Amino acid sequence: MLTEFGRVFLFILIGIVFVAIGLVVAWLLRPHRPYPSKRTTYECGETPVGDTRMRFNVRFYVIALIFIVFDVEVVFLFPWALVYLSLGWFAFFEMIAFLTILFAGYAYVWRKGDLEWDRPAPRIPRYERGVGVREARLTEDEIAV
Amino acid sequence: MTTVSLVPVAVVLPLIGFLVNGLAGRLLKREALIGAIGSATVGAGFIIGCLLLRELLSLPADHRTFGVTLYSWIAAGGLHTSVAYQVDPLSVTMLLIVTGVGFLIHLYAIGYMHGDPGFWRFFAYLNLFVFAMLNLVMADNFLLLFLGWEGVGLCSYLLIGFWYNRTFESGTTGDAAKKAFIVNRVGDFGFLIGMFLIFSTFGSLQFQTVFGLAERMPVGAPVIVAITLALFIGATGKSAQIPLFVWLPDAMAGPTPVSALIHAATMVTAGVYMVARCSLLYALAPVSLHVVAAVGACTALLAATIGLVQNDIKKVLAYSTISQLGYMFLALGVGAFSAALFHVMTHAFFKALLFLGAGAVIHAMHDEQNIQKMGGLKSVMPVTYWTFVAGAVAIAGIFPFSGFFSKDEILWQAFAGGHWVLWLMGLAGAGLTAFYMFRLVTLTFDGETRWTHGVHPHEAPKIMTVPLMALAALSVVGGIAGIPASLGGGNAMEHWLEPVFQPAMDRLGAHAGHGEATEYLLMAVSLGVALSGIFLARYWYLKRNDIPASLSTAFPRGYTLLMRKYYVDEIYDAVIVRPVARGSEKLLWRIVDVGIIDWSVNAIARITGVIGRTMRLVQTGVTQSYAFIFVLGVVAILGWILAH
Amino acid sequence: MNIPVTPGDLLAIGPISVMFAGALVVLLAESIFRNGEAWNRWLALAGFLAAGTVAFLNTGWSGVAFGGTVATGGFANYCAIVYASAGALSVLLSTDYLRKTGIAFGEYYALLMIAVLGMMLMGAALDLVVFFLGLETMSIAFYVLAAFARSQGTSNESGLKYFLLGAFATGFLLYGIALVYGTTGTTSIPLIRDKAPSLIGTPVFTIGLALILIGLLFKIAAVPFHMWAPDVYEGAPTPVSGFMATGGKAAAFAAFLVLFRPEVLGGEKGLRDVIAVVAAASMIFGNVVAIAQSSIKRMLAYSSIAHAGYILVGVVAANATGANGVLFYLMAYTVMNIGAFGVLAMVENGAGENLHFEDYAGLSAQAPVLSLMMALFMFSLAGVPPFAGFFGKYYVFAGAIQAGYTWLAIVGVLMSVVSAYYYLRLVVMMYFTAASASPRRVGKSSAGLLALGIAVAALVYLGLFPSTIIDVTSRFF
Repeated sequence: MLTEFGRVFLFILIGIVFVAIGLVVAWLLRPHRPYPSKRTTYECGETPVGDTRMRFNVRFYVIALIFIVFDVEVVFLFPWALVYLSLGWFAFFEMIAFLTILFAGYAYVWRKGDLEWDRPAPRIPRYERGVGVREARLTEDEIAV
Repeated sequence: MTTVSLVPVAVVLPLIGFLVNGLAGRLLKREALIGAIGSATVGAGFIIGCLLLRELLSLPADHRTFGVTLYSWIAAGGLHTSVAYQVDPLSVTMLLIVTGVGFLIHLYAIGYMHGDPGFWRFFAYLNLFVFAMLNLVMADNFLLLFLGWEGVGLCSYLLIGFWYNRTFESGTTGDAAKKAFIVNRVGDFGFLIGMFLIFSTFGSLQFQTVFGLAERMPVGAPVIVAITLALFIGATGKSAQIPLFVWLPDAMAGPTPVSALIHAATMVTAGVYMVARCSLLYALAPVSLHVVAAVGACTALLAATIGLVQNDIKKVLAYSTISQLGYMFLALGVGAFSAALFHVMTHAFFKALLFLGAGAVIHAMHDEQNIQKMGGLKSVMPVTYWTFVAGAVAIAGIFPFSGFFSKDEILWQAFAGGHWVLWLMGLAGAGLTAFYMFRLVTLTFDGETRWTHGVHPHEAPKIMTVPLMALAALSVVGGIAGIPASLGGGNAMEHWLEPVFQPAMDRLGAHAGHGEATEYLLMAVSLGVALSGIFLARYWYLKRNDIPASLSTAFPRGYTLLMRKYYVDEIYDAVIVRPVARGSEKLLWRIVDVGIIDWSVNAIARITGVIGRTMRLVQTGVTQSYAFIFVLGVVAILGWILAH
Repeated sequence: MNIPVTPGDLLAIGPISVMFAGALVVLLAESIFRNGEAWNRWLALAGFLAAGTVAFLNTGWSGVAFGGTVATGGFANYCAIVYASAGALSVLLSTDYLRKTGIAFGEYYALLMIAVLGMMLMGAALDLVVFFLGLETMSIAFYVLAAFARSQGTSNESGLKYFLLGAFATGFLLYGIALVYGTTGTTSIPLIRDKAPSLIGTPVFTIGLALILIGLLFKIAAVPFHMWAPDVYEGAPTPVSGFMATGGKAAAFAAFLVLFRPEVLGGEKGLRDVIAVVAAASMIFGNVVAIAQSSIKRMLAYSSIAHAGYILVGVVAANATGANGVLFYLMAYTVMNIGAFGVLAMVENGAGENLHFEDYAGLSAQAPVLSLMMALFMFSLAGVPPFAGFFGKYYVFAGAIQAGYTWLAIVGVLMSVVSAYYYLRLVVMMYFTAASASPRRVGKSSAGLLALGIAVAALVYLGLFPSTIIDVTSRFF
């Protein structure tokens, strides 16, 4: 019979095998066309060697922030799943509320085009900008409030 | 009681009138509309007053006091003051006088101020005045009373200087307004001291509480004497008594309806009202009562003598007002509180009437105020003449006009109280009153015309004569309210006010009884004195014009003394005004102010500025240094805590 | 531990729920509608008004929700009303300003609402964790708002400085919370309060309280944790500065009153003395340096440091009068300071100019209404009766004198006199100085004028009837 630790060990094994199978299958199927920038350590368009004081593309932060939000969501979902049955409907609605908030944020980010790497031209609302425009149309009435 | 809850409405309506006329008056343009707003807000107060009167009369005499608290105004430490009104016979009487006479004067002013560019401003001020006055008489605590007290002072200032671009005597109307304000401030100082003393003694400023606690004090307690004397100083300022009466004659610089409303009928009686309201305190301080009576009697006599020789129609009336106010204080001083209030009421009727009549005359004469340049107006202005005569007869105290009852009540109470010197002074004053009033009537309306060609006097318009007639009717019959028992009347006024003054009367004790025969005798004497005053005036100024003239040449000094009003203004100027002015210029301004205060203020300002400019250098804009200072702060605080 | 939580709890914290839902709606509206900014203006205004109304309806009743971690009604709702009014006034004052500076983005309103949400949470917190949650929610929104004019260097600088120093201060605050938790074994504020008497004199506990205190002192910009305030207020968009200086401060002071309730602080003589010294230093430093400023916006920033000092006097008093004074002062300060910044925002042009004293020369002839309102705000800030500012000062100083801190009240009164100099300087500029040659362009915004009108009305009302507020607040202590 397996002990408690034996079961954990079994899980570890299955996990390793699962990942290994995926990697091996991918290795067998994928095309193989290496070039220098593809061979760098981080395959994200940034040079890994050089001065530490360098500019990062700001889009990384946006993506990272969104990633973290949903990462945390998953972390929260796990304990919730454990006590879900004992808390009943209230827990259900509470989680719905939580997810609603997250999805509202998601919808906002999506609509604003922040999920695109090559972001389309931002929709900047039209406004009467600056002094010049207003000055030209400033009436006597407007000066004396 | 629902009617009582209308009191705030009566008080606030004139405020609304003030706001509407004051803010939108310039836009309203139409005089009729502005005048209607101004008058209606006051008239509504009168109607509410009548309802209150009916309501109170339907209740038993000792259940006629109500309080209406609007909201808690100031709560600071031990001081809790509310905006609250007290409804009792005394305040309702004052409410009726203020709104009733005020309403008639508002109506009159519509005609009088016609065409004045400041028409809306005038009505706004008048309404503000009524609002302040109502707060004064309806307040249930000293602080709100003081607010009204200051408010009427302010309005008086604004209205005296209403025609700010006109000259008045040797200065401008602005000087007269300033004089009124400053003299009143002297009185207010006394009032404030009295109020502080009350608060430190009783821990409250509410009438009921203060009087409730005062009831347990012994008669003659020094602190009560101090309080009452301090309050009386305030009263001498507002009610123009010796030594602070000098502002009232100058107050005639304002438009005539103002003189009628403020300087005759209502505001000047504030001091009388206040003393009456504090009757219990005064009853506990016999010394103060004596002072009040003596000041009143002296003022009555002194002002009457000045009135004998004045030639400005409004000046005569002004001194007459001071004199009549003296009678009221005389009454208060001998403990005849309800008689004083009775005289307040009748005086409001006939003095408002006389002033409005004088206004009509001035109007007709194109702003001429010198009675030596009038005469013979009787035929031109019959309504004004007859109403004016009614007022003059009333003030002279001829039976059965209203003034007879109120003045006689005062004299009788003075005599009955054993103050025969005061009685004699009052009697002499009554004779003088009759004389100068009929001198005024005769010179203005009778005899031959002395005005220049080009002046075309005319009767005043309806809107002015109707209030005159109404006031004349009141002057004639107003005495009904206080016909004494000896003449078969019920002295309704005294019974009506009895619950308010009962605590005070209990402490003063009953007068020694004099029979009705004595009372009749005294009435006959005072009537005789008044009639002879009238007769003398008619005879001298109609038939024997040479007598006054020869008298003035025979006694040049005496005449000049009276003409120059006993040199009081000059004495004040020499003893107080000029030394103060010089002292403040030489010592206070050049040395203390410029030398010490300015220098040190400038030095402090400069030092502060230097420190400020130095300290702002700390603000480098570098975030690291901000964080560094932050850490220093943390270290200092933690160090301090651990060290202790 | 089983915390009984029911849907009723969400209703009990009505204003917070409304604010929260409103913020979500505003954020979605911004992304869905083409002209989100125009929608959001009204949505945000409606949200603030709704939250304020809900709070107002429940001021009388008070209780707890979410297992005693959040207070409802009463004190919490009073605070909510202050914040919601600050928010509503800011919305009205912002719209025109955002347009003329070219930053009319709908997210602005969402951030305002989220900031108010955080403030309300702070005012209602009965647990250190909830308190911290509220504080951070508010602060993060503020960081973004300060940098909202992203094309302007000063605004970016302002946001970054505020963020860096704010994070720095938060570290101390969190450390304090940890120490308090370590000594008491709980984060529940009422429980800590119960245990406090037995822990007085324990260094770790007192240091924990002191660190929390420092965190709060940073938020209210009290000396020596004030360094950020002038730079941040000056750089941030003007309506935002007004909002941060009033709402943000009010929230921190509400937390002050909850964490350091009079009965707790009364026992901690050492902490009280520290606060007293900080208050005195803030009043002196804020007022004296404000004199030397040439920019009105910066002057108001220093004046806000001074006002933090005045309000701290009420906290030091640690009695009912002082606490009532603090709450009254917050209400008064909110209307008068938002008003002053609002006028500033209207006179300012799109390029961040017209903020200096000289720019206001002769303004009364050009814009009489605006000048009059500004003069009233200045009088009230200087503490001239009968405006609201006078009674605020009066109550906190009276509280301090009752508590035996007479010297502090004297410092306060003296510094009020100093403050009159720079407040009245502006009035003199507007009324008694001739206008410069080139005419200013004074913005005309009916929404802004409406907000200023409301602020003036509130100012006068509070000054004439201070007891309406005191009657309500005296039930909380």
